[in-house]
Amino acid sequence: MLVPLSWLKEYVEIDITPQELEKKLFSCGLEVEELTEVGKNISNVAVGLVESCDPIPDTHLSVCRVNVGDKGSFQICCGADNVKAGCKFPVALVGATVYMTAKDHKTVEGVMTIKKGKLRGYESEGMLCSGVELGVSESMFPGAGYNGLLLLPDDAPIGADVKPLLGLDDWIFDISITANRPDCQSILGIAREVAAVCDRELKMPSFKYTETQTPKEGFSVTVEAPELCPRYIGHYVHDVKIGESPLWMKRRLALVGQEPISNIVDITNYVLLEMGQPMHAFDCDYLEGNAIRVRRAAEGEKLVTLDGQEYVLHPDNLVICDGVKPVALAGVMGGLNSEIRDTTAEVMFEAAKFMRDNIRKTSRALGKRTDASARYEKGVDEYTTVQAMKRALHLVEELGCGKISCTHVDVNTGNSVEPRTMQVSVAKVNDVLGIRVPDEEILKIMKNLQFSPVLSGDELTLQVPAYREDMESYPDVAEEVIRMYGYDHLIPAFLPEAKVTMGGLNRSQKRELKLKRALCASGAYECIHYSFFSPSDLELIRLPQEDALRNAIRILNPINEELSLMRTTLVPSMLGAIARNQKKGNLEGRLFEVGRIFLPRELPLKDYPDERETLCIGIFGEQENFFTLKGLAQKAAQALFVTFDYAPVKKTFLHPYQAASISCEGKEIGCLGKVAYEVAEELDLRTDAYILELDLEMLLTSWDREAAFTPLPKFPVESRDLALVMDKKISCGEVEDVIRRSCSHIQDIRLFDVYEGGQIPEDKRSMAFTVSFVAGEEAFEQDSVDRFVKKILKNLKNQLDIELRS
Amino acid sequence: MNDRLTTIRQEILDGIEQHAGTRASAFELRKQFLDSKTGKIGQLMKEMKSIAPEERAGFGKSVNELKEWAQQKFVELDEKLKARELERRYESEKIDVTMPEKGTETGNLHPITQMRNQLIDVFSGMGFEVYEGTEIETDYYNFTALNTPKDHPARDMQDTFYLSPEFLLRTQTSAGQIHVMESKKPPIKILSPGKVFRSDDDATHSPMFTQMEGLVVDKKITLCDLKGMLDMFVRKIYGEGTTTRLRPSYFPFTEPSVEVDVSCFECGGRGCKLCKGTGWIEILGAGIVNRKVLANCGIDPDEYSGLAFGIGIERTAMLKYGINNIKLLFESDLRVLRQINDN
Repeated sequence: MLVPLSWLKEYVEIDITPQELEKKLFSCGLEVEELTEVGKNISNVAVGLVESCDPIPDTHLSVCRVNVGDKGSFQICCGADNVKAGCKFPVALVGATVYMTAKDHKTVEGVMTIKKGKLRGYESEGMLCSGVELGVSESMFPGAGYNGLLLLPDDAPIGADVKPLLGLDDWIFDISITANRPDCQSILGIAREVAAVCDRELKMPSFKYTETQTPKEGFSVTVEAPELCPRYIGHYVHDVKIGESPLWMKRRLALVGQEPISNIVDITNYVLLEMGQPMHAFDCDYLEGNAIRVRRAAEGEKLVTLDGQEYVLHPDNLVICDGVKPVALAGVMGGLNSEIRDTTAEVMFEAAKFMRDNIRKTSRALGKRTDASARYEKGVDEYTTVQAMKRALHLVEELGCGKISCTHVDVNTGNSVEPRTMQVSVAKVNDVLGIRVPDEEILKIMKNLQFSPVLSGDELTLQVPAYREDMESYPDVAEEVIRMYGYDHLIPAFLPEAKVTMGGLNRSQKRELKLKRALCASGAYECIHYSFFSPSDLELIRLPQEDALRNAIRILNPINEELSLMRTTLVPSMLGAIARNQKKGNLEGRLFEVGRIFLPRELPLKDYPDERETLCIGIFGEQENFFTLKGLAQKAAQALFVTFDYAPVKKTFLHPYQAASISCEGKEIGCLGKVAYEVAEELDLRTDAYILELDLEMLLTSWDREAAFTPLPKFPVESRDLALVMDKKISCGEVEDVIRRSCSHIQDIRLFDVYEGGQIPEDKRSMAFTVSFVAGEEAFEQDSVDRFVKKILKNLKNQLDIELRS
Repeated sequence: MNDRLTTIRQEILDGIEQHAGTRASAFELRKQFLDSKTGKIGQLMKEMKSIAPEERAGFGKSVNELKEWAQQKFVELDEKLKARELERRYESEKIDVTMPEKGTETGNLHPITQMRNQLIDVFSGMGFEVYEGTEIETDYYNFTALNTPKDHPARDMQDTFYLSPEFLLRTQTSAGQIHVMESKKPPIKILSPGKVFRSDDDATHSPMFTQMEGLVVDKKITLCDLKGMLDMFVRKIYGEGTTTRLRPSYFPFTEPSVEVDVSCFECGGRGCKLCKGTGWIEILGAGIVNRKVLANCGIDPDEYSGLAFGIGIERTAMLKYGINNIKLLFESDLRVLRQINDN
């Protein structure tokens, strides 16, 4: 919110610099996002008296002698049509900064520095300025709108800086207001805080006016939707004279970027800014039926607002109607049909409270945000509604632009606008803070904040102003006290009263971290991807139409279609990461992600979905192959003390013959394999990629093993190498299985060579294993191992028709 | 006879000089003289019988002296040759140590995980457990129970992704607080890290980011405890000498609420580009748990009080490591992931 310092000073005496005030505001919870001097781009411009002014022949220019008091006397060439000897104008001295304008002398194109120059052979030491060149509009200084020099008053002191004269030394605070303090959405609201934090008196503006005995006969207000409009005040003003507002009002409006329009409209805008209460003025000539009705719009009802836009409404939208038709979109904007015109003679002023949620919804639904709707969305209190009407009527009287009738209609739901009494324990306030704030400080602070405190023993009685709807109990009081007393009074403590608790990760969290570390140790980098993905990702991995993973939860209001589904698999995000890396020239690498997939129990959601912690690994590059990925899977298994079994599997996104399912104790928990070529091609992958996905939730919770030590064998391990010849269709796993089942003393079976070629039949291959045997309590006998081998070979022959290679 | 001894002595010296370039040839040479059966010195011993008895003792002594001298010579020779051979072996194995290394790369945890682990370390030491809630939450747990009913303007502070009228993507890890407080009695000290979601996607916002919520509920918890705890936290993460500044703010679920700034660890508070000249950097929001929130969870607000704080992990990591764009954290670019190694 924009707050001019000069306007603030109307209500509170400020004798500190704008920068000091900024700090004070910051400390009490009003963050100043920007502090700017109104004339920040104007410097070194002084009042100059043109002593002589002679036309330069054959040009539109004049050469002037300008007296700038103690700054000197300069020859300046000037092309303006209103330059005249004996007049005072702003003089930008050499080195001054002013706005640079386009050829039309109106459009600002930047800031320029004045240099010595020569025009048509005449030296020119400076520049006489227009209002535009100083950033001053007609609303800020009379005459500044003229397309020529800005004529200064005769009594302007020669040589003085023009900035104070033109109001350019004023400052604008752009303040952000937290959602709990809608009462600060006004200059007066900010002034209240400033008065409190600077320990100064708050000077209230005048709310006085005199009513005439001219009523608006038969006028009525009915509120048909009190749940959306708890208070509606209408006041009739007659003998209206539409005209310009006085300079002081126009200037204030201009400083916050509000274009002055006419006195009546300006009063509504001024009160909005000053008090934070949106106001509206209807031209009574256009109100049919001598009535105001506040009701929900009919389905499809239309209204053209002041800005000429037509809206089709819905019963969720609140409208203000006359006896016949809608004349305003409540809390958002007035209707074009009852707009104030130059001929307006009677006005119905409106000040109302509309419910914030309803205004927010209407504003969102129609895509229309105004200063009024912004205030209502945050909340307007009824105390201010009542006061604002009085203030507007006072201004009508002060400006002399109308007569205040005795017709005043206040329709309300009985909410009080008087202060509420609240009692709190000072000890409890101090308990929240953890320090003891002296009673007199608490009293001073609460008094400065207009709470009229009375302290009796430990009991503090406050009169909470009706605009402080946020004050509920003692923690609120604690906050008021500490933000004014200063957070730097807090003494850092370290839970001296609290019980000792055990901290740290639980088992499953530790195991997950261990798994991640194991993968890092194998050269993989962890990545984190969005929890949502795109419907096209389901196509990328060629999920069959009936696949359960297509049953993804949809976001109702996604940022875009690409981010519209909750992930049911981590694979597409990983493929995307691999593709992005390759595009950036990273042609090899190892990535992994631990993230959740979201499996709904039913759609639309009626219950929490199953959020499953899932592991996805993606590796790519010349050095990688199925077995390097399998190595990573084994690292994961080892980290969690589990054993994985692998079996060929078909997955739509994996190579049909280089893919395996992963099982743990008979339960399938994932798969791994080479990314299918058609998927790789779609992603423009330049090197082969391999991907693994694993249900980590199951792994972390189902098999929770402890690290344990197995005593070393008493006897040395004996090994035998067996080169076996078998049908090509037989897998290594099958052979290992038979070997393992043949003997209970086997410690390890390790494949060390695979051969296919001339030395063995064409449909066969040879696999060579090292099998190690270890004895238990008893040592092996002389021929034990030979007997084991014999049994293994016999089983291999019988079960798989495998021969020892000769 | 002595002439022969002198000759042998000379032969040995010549032999060492001329025929003993390697340890093998030196061994052969030694054999010629010192082999117990065939060596020339051994032969002399055998001639002892033919020496006149009165000269025998003298001769024997001379031969022994020669033998000892020769043995010594050959030991010295061997040592010299051994040293020379070792030197040659070393020379033959000379490498260019400036050539690149071999061996597997070690990966890194994600910078967010690294930061998260560091934060967990600090707070675990203070007795905080870690609770990870669900990413999909109900409107009740994400808002209503946190004192943000449906018409509350604070809902506008966060643009929410909805999955159904009831379910949404949590906008804050505070949602997890409620589950914990409903199921656990004080004393409670939990840390709740996790992904949160807001419908914001521009240069400085990501629709998904990571928060870590901290909650303490016990008897007599005060703002001073919050200040002390956060001071400790910033010292551990940003270094000794850093401190915090609290200033008023607003969150529906805390009262009083504060915004917490940390003294700029780049310039020590003098003012620099990082802190935009203010000497302070905004790092988190915190406050004393709103009484209504405690009551919503069945905890008596007259008996217990609590403090809560919420840290943006991306922001903390970006500040600590100087990462300039939040989007980089979710693109999995190895050039980024390789850089942050603070595991």
